[in-house]
Amino acid sequence: MKTQHLSKKEVEHVAWLAHIELSDQEKALFTEQFNEILDYFKKIDMVDTEGVEPTYHVLDLTNVHRKDETKPSLSTEEALKNAPRKEKKFIKAPRIV
Amino acid sequence: MPELHELTARETIRKIRGNEVAAQECVEAVFERIHKLENKINAYVTLTEEQALKKAKEIDTKISKGKQVGKLTGISIAIKDAICTKGITTTCSSRMLQNFVPPYDAEVIERIKQEDGIIIGKTNMDEFAMGSSTETSYFGPTRNPWDTSRVPGGSSGGSAACITTDEATLSLGTDTGGSIRCPASYCSVVGLKPTYGLVSRYGLIAYANSLEQIGPMAKDVTDCALFLSVIAGHDSKDGTSVDAAPKDYTEYLKDSVEGFRVGVPREFFGEGTSEDVEKQVWNGIHRLEELGATIEETSLPTLEHSLATYYIIAMSEASSNLARYDGLRYGYRVDKDEGDWATVYSQDRRAGFGAEVRRRIILGTYALSAGYYNKYYMKALKVRTLIRNNFEQAYKKFDVLIGPTMPFPPFKIGEKIEDPLALYMSDVDTVSANLAGLPAISVPCGFTDGLPIGMQILAPPLREDLVLQTAYTFEQNTGYRNRKPAVN
Repeated sequence: MKTQHLSKKEVEHVAWLAHIELSDQEKALFTEQFNEILDYFKKIDMVDTEGVEPTYHVLDLTNVHRKDETKPSLSTEEALKNAPRKEKKFIKAPRIV
Repeated sequence: MPELHELTARETIRKIRGNEVAAQECVEAVFERIHKLENKINAYVTLTEEQALKKAKEIDTKISKGKQVGKLTGISIAIKDAICTKGITTTCSSRMLQNFVPPYDAEVIERIKQEDGIIIGKTNMDEFAMGSSTETSYFGPTRNPWDTSRVPGGSSGGSAACITTDEATLSLGTDTGGSIRCPASYCSVVGLKPTYGLVSRYGLIAYANSLEQIGPMAKDVTDCALFLSVIAGHDSKDGTSVDAAPKDYTEYLKDSVEGFRVGVPREFFGEGTSEDVEKQVWNGIHRLEELGATIEETSLPTLEHSLATYYIIAMSEASSNLARYDGLRYGYRVDKDEGDWATVYSQDRRAGFGAEVRRRIILGTYALSAGYYNKYYMKALKVRTLIRNNFEQAYKKFDVLIGPTMPFPPFKIGEKIEDPLALYMSDVDTVSANLAGLPAISVPCGFTDGLPIGMQILAPPLREDLVLQTAYTFEQNTGYRNRKPAVN
């Protein structure tokens, strides 16, 4: 029998953390699929990684800087062009508090 | 005499420069193909015919005035819809970005324009590049030109299919875990994932940024090398850009593999590999042996863990990268926004993202969450180090490593889409190159029941020369590139 890694309730919680609404049907389907996928991920548990450094990315580059010079950037109009809702020079957001 | 749309990029450039044909005629010929075939293939999300013809006329004027023209003069180039094009809708094949018009060009687009290449449209893909079949596109699947009931591979499915059908002469794809090589294999074209950092990612809509690269797709290896020479190079706008000297990669195209040491990792022929694929790829390897390479079977035991490692890292990075889609600055916003911000965001993101994108964001969020970070994400990063080390060891003994690109031939549309894990399994041979940041190419190596098979060649970081020379020699001594699909 396969291990139950995640319950439906946990899927609901993680989806909330990720800000993605799910229907009841999706919650059930995703729970099933996630458990199958996580079961496959278990494969790497048995790899011995004692003392191994993580690879965040493959290049030996750190702290890449450019000179602090002013360069042209987007105008307000261009920057706002793709916003679905706006008013004057502002992006309109939903109620925060 | 081949027709204009059938010509390679270099043949087209030679004819245009030599005044045998106008750039405008070449672009018109390609659009004729597009209008004839698009209802069967669906390779494009957006076409830019008017701008393309205008640009072609400008190039023709330049030539008639005796002015200098660029390395991609008059070439019809299709761009994967994950790459930002100024003033041209860039959707990532997602409802989330269906109306997004970038205010700037990606670095690769600037480079193409500087060399007088012509952008003819934006190609279909798996939504946010998450998939191996181009079925998760909000705009419907692209169809495989060799059998339109089958998938073209993915996620750069449109960019591969349009090359097969001559609906473009060159195209750009992106490759996070095989997204250039998989469709190249399934559509019988050439596709190269460059070394991580060789091509600027500035203007590429991010999915998993420690893994992905933009790369060329073409009708043959020479065109692929030509296109790479234009797009590769340092860019100060990308913090992970490698400061390597610009190269003309076509200089490495020698018809010889004399003395090349080829390693064949047995892990590339693991469980689930079809017999036909195994046989045909081995035929290809033996062909290289006849041409002077030495062949040795080898083992890279850590490759067994590549797929799980890849998916944990890719999903984790995706959950962070796609957090930007809040429906405010750009993206999809539901009609009424009642309730607090968290509720509105959750609704925007539910409606804007398809199922596979939501699955990966949620699983990635889980892998990064308190209590699971070490078990999944950190563990995967450490295994990634072991995989890199394993490659490093192997390259002390071998110049290139070779295996299949895909474990099985193109499958039917709808066959795997209900089973995410089964679809993930198709990436088993491609993800390792992304984890280790290596250059890897897929080159056509045969057919089974009329369906294409691709051979994958991998080399150490920044050794695109070895990858290209091996692929070129193979192509010159086999006839697979001349075969064309029946679709017309």
